[in-house]
Amino acid sequence: MAGSRNKNNPGIMGWIDDRFPATAMWEDHLSKYYAPKNFNFWYFFGSLALLVLVNQILTGIWLTMSYTPTNEGAFASVEYIMRDVDYGWLIRYMHSTGASAFFFVVYMHMFRGMLYGSYRNPRELVWIFGMVIYVALMAEAFMGYLLPWGQMSYWGAAVIVSLFEAVPFIGPDLAQWIRGDYLISGATLTRFFSLHVIALPIVLLALVVLHIIALHEVGSNNPDGIEIKDKKDENGIPLDGIPFHPYYSVKDIVGVVVFLFVFCAIVFFFPEGGGYFIEAPNYEPANPLKTPPHIAPVWYFTPFYAMLRAIPPIAASQFPGVIVMGAAIAILFVLPWLDRSPVKSMRYKGWVSKVAIVIFAICFCILGYLGVVASTPARTVIAQICTGLYFAFFFGMPFYTTMEKTKPVPDRVTG
Amino acid sequence: MKNIIFAFTMLLLPALAQASGGGVHLDKIDVDFTNKESLQRGMSTYVNNCLGCHSLKYQRYLQTAEDIGVPADMMKQNLIFSDQKVGEQITNAMPKGDASNWFGTAPPDLTLETKLKGSDWVYTYLRSFYQDESRPWGVNNAVFKDVGMPNVLGYLQGVQLNHCTATELAENVTEIDPLTGVEIGGCYSSLEGTGEQTVEQFDRTIYDLVNFMSYVGAPHTLKSQSMGVNVLIFLFIFFFFTYALKKEYWRDIH
Repeated sequence: MAGSRNKNNPGIMGWIDDRFPATAMWEDHLSKYYAPKNFNFWYFFGSLALLVLVNQILTGIWLTMSYTPTNEGAFASVEYIMRDVDYGWLIRYMHSTGASAFFFVVYMHMFRGMLYGSYRNPRELVWIFGMVIYVALMAEAFMGYLLPWGQMSYWGAAVIVSLFEAVPFIGPDLAQWIRGDYLISGATLTRFFSLHVIALPIVLLALVVLHIIALHEVGSNNPDGIEIKDKKDENGIPLDGIPFHPYYSVKDIVGVVVFLFVFCAIVFFFPEGGGYFIEAPNYEPANPLKTPPHIAPVWYFTPFYAMLRAIPPIAASQFPGVIVMGAAIAILFVLPWLDRSPVKSMRYKGWVSKVAIVIFAICFCILGYLGVVASTPARTVIAQICTGLYFAFFFGMPFYTTMEKTKPVPDRVTG
Repeated sequence: MKNIIFAFTMLLLPALAQASGGGVHLDKIDVDFTNKESLQRGMSTYVNNCLGCHSLKYQRYLQTAEDIGVPADMMKQNLIFSDQKVGEQITNAMPKGDASNWFGTAPPDLTLETKLKGSDWVYTYLRSFYQDESRPWGVNNAVFKDVGMPNVLGYLQGVQLNHCTATELAENVTEIDPLTGVEIGGCYSSLEGTGEQTVEQFDRTIYDLVNFMSYVGAPHTLKSQSMGVNVLIFLFIFFFFTYALKKEYWRDIH
């Protein structure tokens, strides 16, 4: 081709590569990115999270075409999408189910990281970028949930924003600043809409890029928690590494199909998820004068909501509960420095670590359940115990990971 | 068989009576959107008895006509009583302010009522009005205590009497024949000859009505289910191809 100076590739790719590193990027991130060959079931959830992100963005764009972000029009515009827009019901259910699916795959993805020590040196920044994604995702989901402008949308937002009122001194002003009004109103709706469809998606996409660049810089961890870069062949390729493409691209497609099977079964047959994905009170338009008898956040927030309720107010202030809830998320950020074990993977840690992570996972699920149901004195006690164990898992980690006896780590991955 | 079921449903009415404390027993309704005749009868009941006060303002006549198998011009002639066009939404002309004065609260739009309360709730509620002279409309409701709505379908159902106190209603009082195990009594009884329909006919009317209202709550249901089956079949077959592809690529990895 005229103008091409690329000796190795004179075709159109050569022309492009002289001006943009297309082939280099393809190779760095896919065809010559060497991933450990022993990824197991848990490693599907990273690529699935990317799939769900794309689903949310695409369906979100189409929803935005027909949605009206006003106090008067929001609820009716959702029903317009459900009835009058061609396949609007499908687009909306894909988006609403996608929100729950996103949290499911992200929770699985995070738990994988905790199982195999994927947050450990040198992957601390991969973990921290991931945690920022998680926090941004919570904000994104929370603001998106207001948009249908149903009763649970409205009162859920009212409860969450009122948490900021518990901050000493500046609380009431802060909450008013967030709402843009003295109560949740059309002003809140328009700003949440703006943040939900523009600001946070940009932030999320940027963070996902950072997450993946950081990962590809240090290389993927694996279920054995050993560095495949320590053992390379004469060409500098890790002995236990295989190119992400085609090996993991074809493997992940299998995971995608299985995931889509479950996802589509929900979208087409149980889009309300038994009232957990779309809550029944949300079929009534937002009414500031009528509080629903039972306000529960969507399931993916309930573990933290249960912690909030478990902490008794001090001097009529909910602030301690808010602090505990915030700390439950914040402590995950410092996880890389809490784990002092000589080994990364749970496979080679001692029994204390194994018991601890099982208790942690069970407590998280119990808290998730308790956050859904109405609180009783007995349930509050259980929530307090689970909250205590949740934090004990983290605060105890520097001690039990150094004191316990670990198993010897193999030189090469074990398949 | 169906008549027997309907007869027993009436005998089981005491089970509906747990009005207080939110733990109301609800009769199950098995909705069937493929039963077009039922949906058509339900819509007829709705526009003749309910629409005057309760709009279905998110749903359009034309979409409904297509889904329940009524030609558009036939719907225009028989089911649209205002000067509305067939492409318009199912609304009424009741002024909100006046309605609040008449009933204490403006009658809500019912497009999404079966989604909000559940089809079982609506099915049970509409059959749970009983005579109560202390109330403005002379009736109370076991599912929705002191409801502001009159028993609009009372002319079909007839007068339903309640022999229990509020507590007994809540406690679901019922009497069971020790020999046969069949329920022989309860809180409710009907006054013979006061309604245009028998118990079975009235249950059928309410079934059709709630079937129609459930359709209006989620008009895409049938389309969603038939598309869903095809999608799942495709994914199931596609799985084997992707799995074979993976196997093929991974053959040389040990």
